[in-house]
Amino acid sequence: MKILVPVKRVIDYNVKVRVKADESSVDLNNVKMSMNPFDEIAVEEALRLKEQGKATEVVVVSIGVKKSEEVLRTALAMGADRAILVEAADDVHTDIEPLAVAKLLAKVVAAEEPGLILAGKQAIDNDMNATGQMLAALLGWGQATSASKLELTDGTARVTREVDGGLQLVDVKMPAIITCDLRLNEPRYASLPNIMKAKRKPLQIISAAEYGVDAAPRLIVNKTVEPPQRAAGEILASVDALVSKLKEVGAV
Amino acid sequence: MSVLLVAEISGSQIGLDATAKALSAVAPLGPVTLLAAGEGADPAPLAALDGVAKVLHVDGAIYGHQMPETLSDLIVALAPEHTHIAAPATTAAKAVFPRVAALLDVMVITDVTKIESADTFERPIYAGNATQSVTSIDPIKVMTVRTAGFDAAPSAAAAPIDVIDPSAGSDLSQWVEDRVNESDRPELTSAGVVVSGGRGVGSEESFGIINALADTLNAAVGASRAAVDSGYAPNDMQVGQTGKVVAPDLYIACGISGAIQHLAGMKDSKIIVAINSDADAPIFQVADYGLVTDLFDAVPSLTEQLK
Repeated sequence: MKILVPVKRVIDYNVKVRVKADESSVDLNNVKMSMNPFDEIAVEEALRLKEQGKATEVVVVSIGVKKSEEVLRTALAMGADRAILVEAADDVHTDIEPLAVAKLLAKVVAAEEPGLILAGKQAIDNDMNATGQMLAALLGWGQATSASKLELTDGTARVTREVDGGLQLVDVKMPAIITCDLRLNEPRYASLPNIMKAKRKPLQIISAAEYGVDAAPRLIVNKTVEPPQRAAGEILASVDALVSKLKEVGAV
Repeated sequence: MSVLLVAEISGSQIGLDATAKALSAVAPLGPVTLLAAGEGADPAPLAALDGVAKVLHVDGAIYGHQMPETLSDLIVALAPEHTHIAAPATTAAKAVFPRVAALLDVMVITDVTKIESADTFERPIYAGNATQSVTSIDPIKVMTVRTAGFDAAPSAAAAPIDVIDPSAGSDLSQWVEDRVNESDRPELTSAGVVVSGGRGVGSEESFGIINALADTLNAAVGASRAAVDSGYAPNDMQVGQTGKVVAPDLYIACGISGAIQHLAGMKDSKIIVAINSDADAPIFQVADYGLVTDLFDAVPSLTEQLK
């Protein structure tokens, strides 16, 4: 079985986010970019399934700017077998919407025919939490989002999902799309020899235009601003002082 | 314009608070039809919410667990009569709504925090580090509403309830089991008071002092992601961008440094109290009242004084 893992190049999770002065978007010029952390978890899970003999090939795919090649090389260094880059934008500030990404991924799926798609549950830039579900809908496949545990048996994936009240177990018919949450696994680091090896692994580049998909945005961004800041309050000297303050304002 | 609001229902349990808050968010957009899809749920409390024009009640085992493949087919079938399709941003709706949007060939708008007009919405991005205003050019707006910033719609005269037939269920996925953390405490997202613990609490056992303070105040218990990742508290207690978003009247943060992703989940609380031994912790920059002290002294003492 082949596993397809979509990965996204996003601002590194340690970078302090700043909004551009013209309020058009978050400033991504000259900031460190990395693989979306949830996607790293998806890559790791795919590699573990291959190591357990439950998958034969792990293919990673990214849809974005030319530089997304970097995150694909990272995935190859972790152990993925080959990569596909769908070039769909020239400017890093163009965030290709989940609907357009899902449509492009559906084309890749038609060509690659994976038995399972593992994706991150959301990207840490637009926080949409949508691409996996949208792709599942377009393919007519079953889905399980926010996975914290995954077991594959004959034609079925048993997924433990992180839900509001605790955990939910579901069985999904394969082929299926499973989106990965933080506690599914801890992704490995790529070793230096593997980073060198990754440079020679196949990476195919396709232009989004070749797929004939309309990727025009449906959401027009009016402005991007920093959220209103709360003012700092007062530091109190003791628990007694806190209790009387809380009683004074009627909070307790 | 007309709105289809999908009520939060799990089996026979109605999520009245979340639904009532989402209702007050979307009510300005037009008459609201409430979809109550569940198994053995009584739709009467939903029909009594102020601003509901009509309830569509559909009952069946296939709707018992809000399986996304089955529920999205039902919502899509009802979509043509509406300009807006909305739900509170619960984990169930987050699984279903992008699927609905893709089936309708529209872009989903998730975690809406403000409705500016019929086509323009505000939502947080980058873990709450930025807020974006977007205008949807799609004919149907499909969105989930982050309920923390909205007041629950009150009760009013009962709206009519139309019973509709279940659609065909999908066999793409099957519910197996729920592992719900049982608790007598109030639900985290609707509690008036929340007491949260962070990495500073140090262990699962030490969370007992957080629980004791919460019980004294009839509060829900929350946790930071650091505390959850360290195994001190279960994941469903996590407050933050990747967990629950809360806005209680009183939020007490104990041993929480205040990472931006945690602040994104609680900064709309009316009063924030921070207890932390590190005077430089960012949590003090958003707290109304701060105590720079050891939480193992302060929290039990606070519990004692508030009894």
